[in-house]
Parts: sequence; C-alpha cells; structure tokens
Amino acid sequence: MGAAAQLLIGIGAICGVSTFLAVLMVIADATIANYGDVTVTINDEKQVTVAGGKPLLGSLMEEKIFIPSACGGRGSCGLCKVKVTSDVGDYLPTELPWISDEEKAENIRLSCQLKLKKDISIRIPEELFNVREYVTEVASLVDLTYDIKQVTLKLVEPDTISYRPGQYIQFQVPEYELTPESVYRAYSMSSQPSRGNEIELEVRLVPNGICTTYVFEHLREGDKVIVNGPYGEFFLRETDRDIVFIAGGSGMAPIKSILYTMAERENPRKARYFFGARAVRDLFLLDEMKDLETRLPGFTFIPALSDPQPEDNWKGETGLITEVLSKHVKSGDNLEAYLCGSPGMIDATVKVLLDTGIPEELIYYDKFA
Amino acid sequence: MNGQVAFYAIFFAAIFTNNILLTNYLGMCSFLAVSREVSTSAGLGTAVVFVMTATSVLNWLAYRYILVPLDLVYIRYIVFIVIIAAFVQLVEMVIERVSDKLYAALGIFLPLITVNCAILGVSLFMVIRNYTFVNSLFYGLGSGIGWALAIMAMAGIRQKMVRSRVPKGLAGAGITLIIAGIMALAFMGFSGMIKIT
Repeated sequence: MGAAAQLLIGIGAICGVSTFLAVLMVIADATIANYGDVTVTINDEKQVTVAGGKPLLGSLMEEKIFIPSACGGRGSCGLCKVKVTSDVGDYLPTELPWISDEEKAENIRLSCQLKLKKDISIRIPEELFNVREYVTEVASLVDLTYDIKQVTLKLVEPDTISYRPGQYIQFQVPEYELTPESVYRAYSMSSQPSRGNEIELEVRLVPNGICTTYVFEHLREGDKVIVNGPYGEFFLRETDRDIVFIAGGSGMAPIKSILYTMAERENPRKARYFFGARAVRDLFLLDEMKDLETRLPGFTFIPALSDPQPEDNWKGETGLITEVLSKHVKSGDNLEAYLCGSPGMIDATVKVLLDTGIPEELIYYDKFA
Repeated sequence: MNGQVAFYAIFFAAIFTNNILLTNYLGMCSFLAVSREVSTSAGLGTAVVFVMTATSVLNWLAYRYILVPLDLVYIRYIVFIVIIAAFVQLVEMVIERVSDKLYAALGIFLPLITVNCAILGVSLFMVIRNYTFVNSLFYGLGSGIGWALAIMAMAGIRQKMVRSRVPKGLAGAGITLIIAGIMALAFMGFSGMIKIT
C-alpha cells in the first residue's frame, strides 16, 4: 500500500475513533447527565426553578441569590455553606475538610460542591436576600504601589449600597484570555459607607491571577463592572476595648474602611495599626494615615519593614510583623485584634497575640488565599 | 513473546510478582497523593481496578479489530488514551446518575485516573506481550488489584507513621517515595517466580 494511502487511513482511523467517542459523549451528556429542571425551595417560602446538573452555588447566583464565596466555587474557601433540609446524598470528599461535626449534624453542605440532581429544599440566612448585584462603572484607577491598584467604582444601578465597614463584595471577571467563563473574586471595600454611591477596592497583582491580571491589564476608566454584596463577618465590634489592627499590602482595605468610619464618628478608642511590608516601595497611603492620626487622637499607625533597602533611609520599625508586634503589645488585657492578610501571616500573628493573653474569641480575622 | 501463558499465572503475577506499581513503578502520582488514609485509598483502588479491567478489554478489542486489520499499530498510543478518557467520562456520568453513595466514595477519583500512567501502561504491556483476550482481561484485573493492594498497604503504613518523627526535609512525598522503594525491594523477592512474558 502506498505511503500516502497509509497515512490517510491512519488519519481516518484516529478521526473515526475520536468522532465516534465524541458523539457517544454528546449523547451521554444529553441523556445520562441530563437532570432536567430542578426546583430549589429556600427557607420554605421562595421557590426557584433552575437547570439541573450544576452546583447549587452557581445555579442560585444565576437566579440573583448570592451565597458568599471567596474562591468562586473551587472548594478552597469553605464560605458557601448552606443548610439542606431535603435528602441529597452523602457528603463528597471535597466538602469534608470544611464541615465540622456539629455542622454535619445540621446537614450543612458546601453549595459549590453540591450538584443539583433532584428537587431540593435549603435554608439560608435572611441577610443574604439583601445581597444585591450592582452594575458599576470604573471611576478611577490609581496605582498605590508597583503592585497595588486602588479601584474606585461608581454605582450605577442600584445607585446606593449599604454595608458595614470591613465587609467585602464579589467582583465579576468577564470571560477573557485567562478564563473561558465569568468568575468571581472577593475583595474587601476600602471605602467607608458614608461615601454612598461609590465603592473603593485595593487590588494586589497576583502573577497569572485571573482577576488581578484583568484589573491591571484590561480594566479602563468608564468600563462597566458587575459586583455583588455586601458579605462578611469582619467588622468593628461595638465595645470599649483597645484595638490592634494588623494588615499588610491590600489587606489594608477593610481596616481603612473601619478607620475612616471611626474618624467620622469620633470614636475615642485607642487603636494601633501594625502594617507589615518589605521595603519603602511597598508602603502607600502614608499621608492618609497621618491625617487619620490627627483626626483620631487614640490612633497610631506603625509601619514595619522586614527588608528595607539602603536607599530607603528607613528610620521606623524594622523586622517581621510578629517581632514588631511582640515589641509593642505586651499585655492582652482589654484588647481586641482585627487581622487581614494571607493565612500564613494570620496564623503567625495569632500565635503572638494569644501569647499576650488575648482571648481567642476577641481575635477577628479575614483570611484570603 | 509468548501469548500462551495460562491466565491464572498472569493474574497472580500481575498482583504480586509483576505488580504494576511496585515492579514497573507506574501510577505513582495518585499513589503518593491519595495514600494518606486507608478509606480513601480503598475508594481509589476500587475505581482503578474497575477502570483498568474495562479499559484493557476495550483497548484489546480496538487493537485487534481496528488497528491490526488496518495496519495502524503505530497509533495505538493515541487511540488507547482517547478510549480511556472517553470511558472514564462515561463511567463518571453513569455513577453520578445512578448511585450517590458510589459517587461520594469514588466519583471524584475518576478524572484523576484518566491520566494515571498505569492504565495506559497495562494496555501497552498487553500489546507488547501479545496477550489473548482472556489473558488481557485477567492481566488488567490483576494489575488493578495489585495497584489497589499497594496503595492500601502504603496508606496503612502512613497512617501508622502519623506519630513518627520524620525528618523535616523528607516529610510528605520524600518519605513516601522511600517507603515505596522499600516495598518494591520486598516485592523484588518474588521476581522470577512466575514467567508471564
């Protein structure tokens, strides 16, 4: 047989086998994996009908019911818990790391892992019905440092939002080169609620990050951005205790919101904000922090550099944030702590704080991976 | 390359003396990643047994009735992989539909198995060694059982080792590979007992 004919037969065979299997897959997808329409009953009152076969989280989001999620449905944040009151089968291995024994007894599941195969009945906190989707427009993009951008979004529809300082929103990244479908990423609001019709975010560039690359390389003033919120349990508790804030980089966002609101209300509580960074080029909003120190007599801003460059001429605190913290915070009496940052930083600083005697329940944190 | 070895010899050899994981060192990545607990290892092991047996049968049929008649033996790599991938997808869809319990136990492991080189390895070995249909079936079944045995043994060892003081640099993959090596040495004692090539 001629070489050309052999080649064509080979190509034909591969195409043939692949096509046959592909057709089989399509048929299977339309029959075996087709779960038809599924009715979700929420809190025994509201009912929505969605296409089956997809995770609960995404299906509810399409119906404008927003369950909090920081990882966008990947199963790596554990925030999307819902209580399920009908039978949906055993726990999946991907849910188990996030569900405690008490939660198991309540049949609490991770909505991003739970696929809808038949009618289901769930219970979610009433506050989530207050979560809305907002159409916004980019009002400004300001570089705070070489890798942190301040994004101000003007609310278009609805044009006001009410939230507690410290809460976060979910930013929708549309499909573009790094993602075939739209995804959500959580960002704390650095604006304070009194700013009414605009919200501000601090976004730090993550190499190959889907959302951060979009913000840094594609977002322009005037662009439309969809966000939903507000979410979160990270906010200032109404007590008289002294406060310790610890956050570096874009972790400043919720702290800034809290501090500005404290200044507006002339809150007299003593507060220290430990800002950990590597060198002077990682510091930002220093003028704003100085301004807050004058407006809030009890507030001190303490930046600490772990790796100051010789040209920085740095006269302030040096060392790791945990070292600087131990130096300044001797006793945990009458103290509350609010932390925002990477899981590693939070775990390390929580240890230091517990050693000073602060009770664990008075340490509040916002961990973002 | 004698294809007339008895199927029971092949079956026992695939489990013990020619263990696809400890002798041929195939299928290591899921072995290292999932072998922390005996219960998850049992789930993954069962899925592997099923997929290995079924794909070796399907691939044998594709080889004998499509590739050989058309003189296309050289594209077996592509065809085998495509068949394995499609089969695993179908199985996952069926299990998800039919049994929640089974899906919770092994459903999420199935996509992991598609790229397990031991699955492709079994199909390729059966072609190299010219096995008959029955021999291929038992070779696939035996290899799967052998793989499952190895991963459950490893999980048992790692569970017992949870309180041991492993040197910091070796924690995780390092110590697991060393243990796998020692297990392989132990299984080397079986070599030569049964001739299956």
